[in-house]
Amino acid sequence: MTAESTARPSRVAFTPNWSARLAWLGLAAYALYAASILDVTWERFASGLEQGARFIARMFPPETAAEKMALMLRGLYESLEIAVIASVLGILLSLPIGLLAARNLMPPWLTWPLRLLIALCRSFHQVIIAIIFVKAVGFGALAGILALTVGSIGFVAKLFAEAIEEISLKQVEAIRATGASFLNVVAYSVMPQVLTRFVGFSTYQFDSNLRNSTMVGIVGAGGIGGTMFAAFQKFDYDYLLTILLAIIAMIMVSEILQNAVKRIFR
Amino acid sequence: MTTAALDREWHRYTRAEKLARFAFYFGIVAACVVSLRTVQIIPEFLYDAPEQMADLFKRMWPIEWAFYRGGVHDALIETLHIASLGTIIAIVLAVPLGILAAHNLVPNVGINYVAKLMLVSSRSVNSLVWALLFVAVFGPGPLAGTMAIAFRSIGFVGKLFGEALEEARPGPVEALRAVGAPWGSVFLKGYWPQVVPAFWGIALFRWDINVRESAVLGLVGAGGIGMAIDTAMNLFQWERVALMLIAIFSVVVIAELIVTHIRKNII
Repeated sequence: MTAESTARPSRVAFTPNWSARLAWLGLAAYALYAASILDVTWERFASGLEQGARFIARMFPPETAAEKMALMLRGLYESLEIAVIASVLGILLSLPIGLLAARNLMPPWLTWPLRLLIALCRSFHQVIIAIIFVKAVGFGALAGILALTVGSIGFVAKLFAEAIEEISLKQVEAIRATGASFLNVVAYSVMPQVLTRFVGFSTYQFDSNLRNSTMVGIVGAGGIGGTMFAAFQKFDYDYLLTILLAIIAMIMVSEILQNAVKRIFR
Repeated sequence: MTTAALDREWHRYTRAEKLARFAFYFGIVAACVVSLRTVQIIPEFLYDAPEQMADLFKRMWPIEWAFYRGGVHDALIETLHIASLGTIIAIVLAVPLGILAAHNLVPNVGINYVAKLMLVSSRSVNSLVWALLFVAVFGPGPLAGTMAIAFRSIGFVGKLFGEALEEARPGPVEALRAVGAPWGSVFLKGYWPQVVPAFWGIALFRWDINVRESAVLGLVGAGGIGMAIDTAMNLFQWERVALMLIAIFSVVVIAELIVTHIRKNII
């Protein structure tokens, strides 16, 4: 109310941002609406906590019987195999696909279909792709490998194409001016500019594949997931806990390895 | 004698670097060879894969479009609600954790460490595993799916939000502290305006991922379209599965377009 005291219009130090406030209000209103639709109520939550305590109590102590541990290790090993093969296959296939999908090097008639292919690979979760492959090649590790390969192409090829689109074209021109063949242009002007980033998202993809390779077993595509889901459905919760701890340990080890690889290629 | 300096051979990498790289490549090849030799693949299954694929597409055709009104629409909307509400819950829980993990806001290494540990444990469990656990706790249904999405996203949002906070410039914060602003005001007017674009970017990115992930949660009974897919598959109704796959594809593409649009024009 000091506006009349001065001739100048009064200044507010922090102008209220009404559009942001409205957005927050809208978000809160939506959250309440969605909670009512999904039957997310406090009573269910409270009764769940009780159930959760019982569930956790049944998980302890974790199962350590020898034959079950052997079964788990076999599953984990198969998951690891699936992740390794799918990552190598997916990354090798991503190299040409990503290169051919880069819009600054390739004509549009080639990049468009490839970009569509990449988008198609990307839009489904690996577990859903695994369902299709289980039907096509039967139960087992092969379905998991194919599903994760498709998922890897969707991620690595997309980022690889984007990385190539951001390179400096001066070096490409310089190599071209020497009369180098197309493959030499790629090897000496494109790859050196994108290799570090390529290694970066390849290791990220391996990590993601390792996580998902423990899950595709839920739909029968090999790995530890099948054993885990069976333990869950049989209410064998102490065995479930053992498997979960083993998966988490495997992922932590892989993260340590990932950091080591990043240090090597820095 | 003076040519000794010119005769020196130049190497891009040191011996240790070369060795590390060689070990890395060797490790990859070895892992791949070992995996290929021991993985259990039944060749007979591989031979008739094209046949089976053709059979699958034949069963998927004609796509049962009429089923959309009866069984897909509601499940699809439920999936979207699971993804969105899960993201919102994750944001509400992740913002305080991100603040506790940022060293410049909470200058206590112990608290930072505990917050980071909570964020890491949230991230290291797959959303399908979270879904399994919450189905056991809350029973089958969208509540379990929502909580699974939320708990998986906390680690992601919290980590990136905390990192964004740590990168904030100290200038505006010091100015606010110098005039004696309380902690809340320092955060709201000093840090928040600096991290707001990063915050919405992270939230939208996670929402985009969650739309994709919420479609599979139903396979373990946590609600959404995955449950409908599971049912249709168990009954071999592939015409319906095809319809649901197309529905998921369209929703994912639309979600990505929305996110790209908001990123370009609003943030």
